[in-house]
Amino acid sequence: MEITGLLAYAVFFLNLVGIYAILALGLNMQWGMTGQFNIGIAGFFAVGAYTTAILTTGPAENWLGGFNLPFLVGLAGSIMICLPIAWAVGRITARLRTDYLAIATIGIAEIIRLFFLNESWLSNGTRGIPGIEKPFGLANVGYLLIVAVFVALTYVLVEIARRSPWGRVLRAIRDNEQATAAAGKDVARFRLQAFVVGACIMALGGGLYAHFVGFISPEAFRPLYGTFLVWVMLIAGGSGNNKGALLGALVVWLIWSSTEMLAGIMPTALIGSESAFRIFLIGVLLQIILVSRPQGLLPEQRPPMPGEKHP
Amino acid sequence: MSLLNAQGLYAGYGGVDILRGTHLRVETHEIVVIVGPNGAGKSTAMKAIFGLVPIRQGRIDYRDENITRRPPEQMVSRGIAYVPQEANVFPSLSVLENLELGAYALPGDNRQRLEKVYAIFPRLKERRRQQAGLMSGGERQMVAMGRALMIEPQLLMLDEPTAGLSPQLIDETFERIAEINALGIGVLMVEQNARQALTIASRGYVLATGENRYEDTGPALLANPEVAEMFLGG
Amino acid sequence: MIEVIQLLINGILLGSILALGAIGATMIFGVLRFAHFAHGDLMAIGAYFALSVVSIFNLPILLALPVAMLLTAGLAVGIDQVIYRRIRQVQPVILLISSFATALVLRSLIQMIWGSSNQVYATGIQMPWQIGPLILKPDHLLIFAAATGLVVFVHFFLTRTRMGKAMRAMSDNMNLALVTGIPANRVIMWTWAIGGALAAAAGVFLGMDTRLHPVMGWTLLLPIFAATILGGIGRPYGAIVGGLVIGCAMELSTLIIPGSYKPAVAFAIMVVTLIVRPQGIIKGAA
Repeated sequence: MEITGLLAYAVFFLNLVGIYAILALGLNMQWGMTGQFNIGIAGFFAVGAYTTAILTTGPAENWLGGFNLPFLVGLAGSIMICLPIAWAVGRITARLRTDYLAIATIGIAEIIRLFFLNESWLSNGTRGIPGIEKPFGLANVGYLLIVAVFVALTYVLVEIARRSPWGRVLRAIRDNEQATAAAGKDVARFRLQAFVVGACIMALGGGLYAHFVGFISPEAFRPLYGTFLVWVMLIAGGSGNNKGALLGALVVWLIWSSTEMLAGIMPTALIGSESAFRIFLIGVLLQIILVSRPQGLLPEQRPPMPGEKHP
Repeated sequence: MSLLNAQGLYAGYGGVDILRGTHLRVETHEIVVIVGPNGAGKSTAMKAIFGLVPIRQGRIDYRDENITRRPPEQMVSRGIAYVPQEANVFPSLSVLENLELGAYALPGDNRQRLEKVYAIFPRLKERRRQQAGLMSGGERQMVAMGRALMIEPQLLMLDEPTAGLSPQLIDETFERIAEINALGIGVLMVEQNARQALTIASRGYVLATGENRYEDTGPALLANPEVAEMFLGG
Repeated sequence: MIEVIQLLINGILLGSILALGAIGATMIFGVLRFAHFAHGDLMAIGAYFALSVVSIFNLPILLALPVAMLLTAGLAVGIDQVIYRRIRQVQPVILLISSFATALVLRSLIQMIWGSSNQVYATGIQMPWQIGPLILKPDHLLIFAAATGLVVFVHFFLTRTRMGKAMRAMSDNMNLALVTGIPANRVIMWTWAIGGALAAAAGVFLGMDTRLHPVMGWTLLLPIFAATILGGIGRPYGAIVGGLVIGCAMELSTLIIPGSYKPAVAFAIMVVTLIVRPQGIIKGAA
């Protein structure tokens, strides 16, 4: 492959790494920091993407377009719209424990996807919304800078949150809910806050994604892409851990891309479908990680308490 | 050779010792009672013996065999039965099914075993088709003990068998336990109703903060003013 | 009115399929304490096993059914022993994620081995029966009869056999079962075997009623979980009732909302149940 081709691929790849890193950071807020097992990532991802698409595209017959708002307004809109939805979902699922929460969140994500699939007046249904432009007419390389900025901002934000008193309460809730409640903290409120913040971060990721690929449809938000990969990233990188989220995003996208190469060289007679083979590989990989090293690559590091030098 | 002999037990969850050097002994014909304040480690001691709590240090002998750290199935096959304090029946199953499950690991048919249990708890025979979860506390306790007796154990371990029962039922329960013991079954029992338990006990141990404080015959402990004041509620 | 009855018929059929899937899911949920996200895909792979038997040996589908059930039972036990058993002791969440991964692996295997296009067991159009204004496919009766037979069998198994009672006991109270000396691992294996076999049957019936497609199982997973929750976790009889209720609700809902929102109906019922009465509608255990 020539250098330019390789570089172009790297840029494309890194953009996706960045976007998924943001999703992973959002999930870490919910799962890593408060132990809320959200399999519905794809739902908030979709809400963010579609909101941006609707707000920033021109007039259209087939979907709710015509607002033509600028890039940042679109992103802000994604977060605004996501807020009440995430709040409602968080309230509904507030008291649910792990398995039930998982089922409920995946149900909600599927409902959201069905909604975008069926309400074509809003979203153009299966045909999707095309023509979502990158801001300032940038190409992938320029957009990568924007993504990088957002990744950095998000990372800084969640790290500040993690080390803050608020973050400490969250972690206390995750580790021992009863004790924390006994200490007088309104557990439900904190969990809800974390859930909503995490969801809004995911919506931000969705917005950035929409501009990057330029075209979105319900297909992109199926459980595999929307949810499963992000989970793998967080687990591979080390759940509970923002650095791990970033690392996981990079590693998993690397592996996901290499499955493409691997699938390409396997004889078709053996594997049937390339895409199915890739999913098979990543499923098997996850199983191997889970069985051998469920804590991921970077074990969680507790930030030092005030006055403490090392945890 | 004692029926059960536990020595120097250090045990607890998550690396924290609840038992600190505890020792207990039960002879074949005895009813041994463990009393003490809350958090003393009484239940933990029984659970440790039965293989439900990790033992860090110490040794437990059952007759001539070392059973330290063996899992519950191996306890059952050796004739040790354990009745937990709470959630001690299978609520959606009938009384009969609960009892049958007690003998799950044993071959052969259950008729004789059931008859023996019914002899001690006739009410269970009347109610055998009833769903265990719908029964009163006292009846559930009977099911729980009946279930344990199905393996025709040599050692019966009971965790607070009279907890939450009315005074009349408490009396009946202690009578039954004495009956069971008269059949030749050794009984080790944790009890909060310490005074009454000690009246039927051959011997008793007083535990506090995971350590042995007093050990003596039932009557002697009852008569001991320090024990009475500190641990038996005056 | 006629429409309602027709929808009810469809609902009972869908409900029977859901019920078979839900019995297995609820037993796994009850004994192993986790939501098995690969259950739908076990259904699918059962259906595809049957497809292979039908096409290789030229057998009618009902004869292929027991073979598929056996194979899927074996597969389920195998998955548990190789994967889930190793992570049971770790956090329960890991089990959940692992089941998710299993779902993907099964689905992609189906795609790789059998391809992703729609397939059917027998070509040719079946002539539907016309009873007055109602339409009934002969397959419907077959499915309903077979499903009923399987349910009766499960009932006998759970109430008359030692292993069946042990399964109900473990589902009721895992700790007590261990204390009683019930061999946990053996019960677990039987739970997977029965769950897998029933899932395969559900898959085959779904394939008979509609067609085979790699995501056929995943699409029903949510309604199956809804049926499980509605009927109460660990209660096989509740799962049957739950399955029928959800099936009928899903079909009847098309009277007022577009058919593509059917999964949403199942989901809504489930959420309401979780909020209002988390232990399900079947009363009984304390």
